[in-house]
Amino acid sequence: MRSRQAIALLALVGLFVALYLWLHALGFGGPIKCGASGGCETVQTSSWAAFLGFPVAFYGVVGYLAVLIVALGSLRPAALAQPGWDRLVLVLSSIGALFTAYLTYVELFLIHALCRWCVGSAVIITLIWIVSLFSLRSPATRIDRGASQPLRGPPA
Amino acid sequence: MNRFYMMVGVLAVVLGIGVFALLKTGGASAPAAAAGAPPTVVDDSFRGYTLGQENAPVEIVEYLDFECPVCATFATIQMPTITEQLINTGKARWRFRDYPLPIHKYSRFAAHAAQCAGAQGRYFAMQEQLFSHHQWAQTGKDPSSLFRDLAQAAGVDLKAYDACMEAGRYAGRIEYSRQEGDQRVVDGTPTFFANGKKLFPNLRRLPNSDDFKSLVDSIIAHTSAKPAARPARR
Repeated sequence: MRSRQAIALLALVGLFVALYLWLHALGFGGPIKCGASGGCETVQTSSWAAFLGFPVAFYGVVGYLAVLIVALGSLRPAALAQPGWDRLVLVLSSIGALFTAYLTYVELFLIHALCRWCVGSAVIITLIWIVSLFSLRSPATRIDRGASQPLRGPPA
Repeated sequence: MNRFYMMVGVLAVVLGIGVFALLKTGGASAPAAAAGAPPTVVDDSFRGYTLGQENAPVEIVEYLDFECPVCATFATIQMPTITEQLINTGKARWRFRDYPLPIHKYSRFAAHAAQCAGAQGRYFAMQEQLFSHHQWAQTGKDPSSLFRDLAQAAGVDLKAYDACMEAGRYAGRIEYSRQEGDQRVVDGTPTFFANGKKLFPNLRRLPNSDDFKSLVDSIIAHTSAKPAARPARR
């Protein structure tokens, strides 16, 4: 269960990182806050900043929101013993990690600029992927037996 | 479990406030001294950065606006061929003059960024950065932070760059160039002159590298001037 809680918290942080980048891409606020030597504007104004007509950060918002919803759903007592939730989070985080790996490649080798927010998001999705892998190998009920009892059938 | 959901709620509120604060405060903004027209115009005898040999038989003067998309297209699509065919072969020298159009909010600021980079010998690297990352011109957002990134990518020392931009050191030079363009009846960007004569006045499209090759070859054929051997950047 602890790993599912960790995934939910990580997804929440990732959601707000992506939300900030998305709102900035939509024109809200001033120049992006990126530190003295960051390359966020370079990355955000490059031709790779949009994918299929939407800002890349929009996919981050959707992805993190999906992981957050699934992680919170998996924490319901009825869902604790069901490993399907872990598999779903692993699938979602794998897609996110692969997409992030591609974007990091684009930043490093095509744009030649690194955005700190993107690096932060890359770290978060990688952590989610690692924790979801761990969670799948160690189901919630075995990790924290005392925290919540799995559902049992009706008494005979 | 309840404690966990409380933690999620508190974290969501804190992060929400953080995002709101980030959007509210923004980052650096364009210094007025570099972004606007100066109160006085000074002639510092600077007549634009040039590409090519001093003794090239043909000098092309280009009046450009950094925010103008056509100028960006010309710089990124046509200039590489022109550089290879005409400038590197010593047939032509290219002089870049600023002509920031009043309809463009940040073109004067971009020209100033290029001049501040030029003070460190990085004008052409900065020009390339400004034109090849030209999406800034379509967003309408303050490009101050981006220009710092571009200046850094162009190899510019940011401390000196910041001081130069803050002081608006070359605002007078840019305005002088613009007024010079007015006197030469520059009516849009890019506008070109070859050996003092306005080019392509009736052309209804952006001139390409072939147009310039024909033109330069024609001028050289008429003057029988010898092309120089090596290119140079000033």
